[in-house]
Amino acid sequence: MTNEPARGFNRRDLIAMIGLTAGSGAAYQAMAGLGLAKASDYKGPVNLEGAPKGASVLVLGAGIAGMTAAYELRQAGYKVRILEFNGRPGGRNWTLRGGDTYTELGGDTQICGFDKGLYLNPGPWRIPYHHHGVLDYCRRFNVVLEPFTQLNHNAYFHSPRAFGGRPLRIREFKTDFQGHIAELLAKSTSQGKLDDAVTKEDHDLLVEALRSWGGLDKNFAYKAGPESADYRGWKKPRGGGAGAEPVAGDPFALSNLLQSGLWANFANFFTYDYQTTMFQPAGGMDAIGKAFAERVGDLIQYNAKVIRIQQNDARVTVTWADAKGAGPTRQETADWCVCTIPLPVLSQIPMDVGQKMKDAIAAVPYSPAVKVGLQFKRRFWEDDEAIFGGISFTDLPISLIGYPQYGMNLGGKGVLLGAYLYDGPNAYEFTTLSPAERVRRAMAFGKQIHPQYEAEFENGISVAWHRSPFVLGCASDWTDEARAAHYEDLCAFDGRLVLAGEHASYLPAWQEGAVLSALNAVTRLHARAVKQ
Amino acid sequence: MIRMIALVFGLAAVVGVSAAAEDATPIFSKGGNFDEQSGRALYAEVCQGCHMADGKGAIGAGRYPSLAGNPKLEAAGYPVTIVLQGRNGMPPLGKMMTDAQVAMVVNYVRTHFGNAYTDTVKPEDVKGMR
Repeated sequence: MTNEPARGFNRRDLIAMIGLTAGSGAAYQAMAGLGLAKASDYKGPVNLEGAPKGASVLVLGAGIAGMTAAYELRQAGYKVRILEFNGRPGGRNWTLRGGDTYTELGGDTQICGFDKGLYLNPGPWRIPYHHHGVLDYCRRFNVVLEPFTQLNHNAYFHSPRAFGGRPLRIREFKTDFQGHIAELLAKSTSQGKLDDAVTKEDHDLLVEALRSWGGLDKNFAYKAGPESADYRGWKKPRGGGAGAEPVAGDPFALSNLLQSGLWANFANFFTYDYQTTMFQPAGGMDAIGKAFAERVGDLIQYNAKVIRIQQNDARVTVTWADAKGAGPTRQETADWCVCTIPLPVLSQIPMDVGQKMKDAIAAVPYSPAVKVGLQFKRRFWEDDEAIFGGISFTDLPISLIGYPQYGMNLGGKGVLLGAYLYDGPNAYEFTTLSPAERVRRAMAFGKQIHPQYEAEFENGISVAWHRSPFVLGCASDWTDEARAAHYEDLCAFDGRLVLAGEHASYLPAWQEGAVLSALNAVTRLHARAVKQ
Repeated sequence: MIRMIALVFGLAAVVGVSAAAEDATPIFSKGGNFDEQSGRALYAEVCQGCHMADGKGAIGAGRYPSLAGNPKLEAAGYPVTIVLQGRNGMPPLGKMMTDAQVAMVVNYVRTHFGNAYTDTVKPEDVKGMR
């Protein structure tokens, strides 16, 4: 199962695994390899030029893939038109702010009550440093980026099943886990138990490395003292003047750390997709969608619901209706079509393509995902707990609490990401709740980590992606089997039509996947068009 | 506050789920599979996310099909297959359910929302279709 927030690790499965024996380790390894996002293979701007005179392209969808395609094709000289279901550009590249209205499937309407300057990114919210395609467009379009702290050592690991339900600072958990392992390994090495695996020359280097890596003392022990405190912080902090001598805290016992299962959370920042530096656009993720729309917005027909896609040897014809249900259907024709409509929607649209592409479109389910934004009248996580940005991870269904990565240390109000469920039973279960109930549940879970919740809460909003009218899910959930059977068929040209989007990439759920698939699609389209 | 939290961490111990946590999680499954144990609960806490409380689905850019009076439910094998394999926007939810759960939820849908099929799906039927 692909998993955008905790790449490669299904939190719930891992929890279920704690206490199981032998075979589960192998299963864990296997799971970590499933459908993993690969590094971006972005090779720089495509610089297409020389479109045949009068050649036209119809782009379906004004999300990141559609607007990337439209931008590059227009640069190359094509006559481009975009049909978009929503009344705004961006698709899942989307930011909710005070005053915004969102009606989900089922009819519940929410009006965002956030104060000015505060926001929630219901879709993508962070950009890895190696997503070169997205970063290049941000640079070319002057989108200002801020650091997105994925690992804040002072945020929490939390499980209701461990440490009496008390959250632990990531700093303490990580240091203690590392320290104990370093000590065990140093002991084994010194007792000659690793002589088969470690040469005599490497032996001394290894134990020294372990001391340095794990915060061990001169006897290679991991325990309360200045060495471990240098890593995990002090129980009584260092001060100045009289009585300022610090006191080191006692590490947690290794067994407790192991039994807690909280080590599974390391994948949230050790894995490639989440390593420092990550970015976010200043003011909200939709800065990227808006920057594209500044350049291609004049090509977009908004509120256009595609209801039929036809093609013959010469043309593509797309029939669309007003998304609000008014007026007669209309048609748009072009020489070529780049279709970025999400697969759950596309699978229901009659289209003239071969069986292979149809089978591929039908074969990819979309992950469930739910986000909840909570506004508090006070930034208690900063004021009381010294958590500035970053994320706390928990076994509770809310999965994590994301702290605002802007306006820090200025006091005042703030919006937390109070829940981010992705894949697995809880994401489906949360989806069935009303928006208000999702907020209420996020509050009930979150206050187990931050008791200040109740006193400080002001308002909240939630987005359950399976209830989004424009996607019917969050993002493509490819299995290795589905990729083997269908991926190339999904990406292959069918007559005059080609698909693009995160679903047509090896970076599912990432905007980079949308950009790369669009660039690949338009490059192939251009090669065909100039040949004719 | 910071000091206080640091101090209580010193009392760490592995314990079961606290009463407060239980109170906040009456319906949320604990692991990678659905814990709901009746057709009604499975429908309400899983299927309803898309097919809605009245079973009538919803319409946006695409649609979630109505299960109310849906002739595709006549042959029980069809909904069982869709729950197990997924299709189009429908995820293969049966992968996170036991055979008995799949049977229960299919039977529930085929006897509610205006459907009144009298044949029932048994767990062994589901098993053979995985």
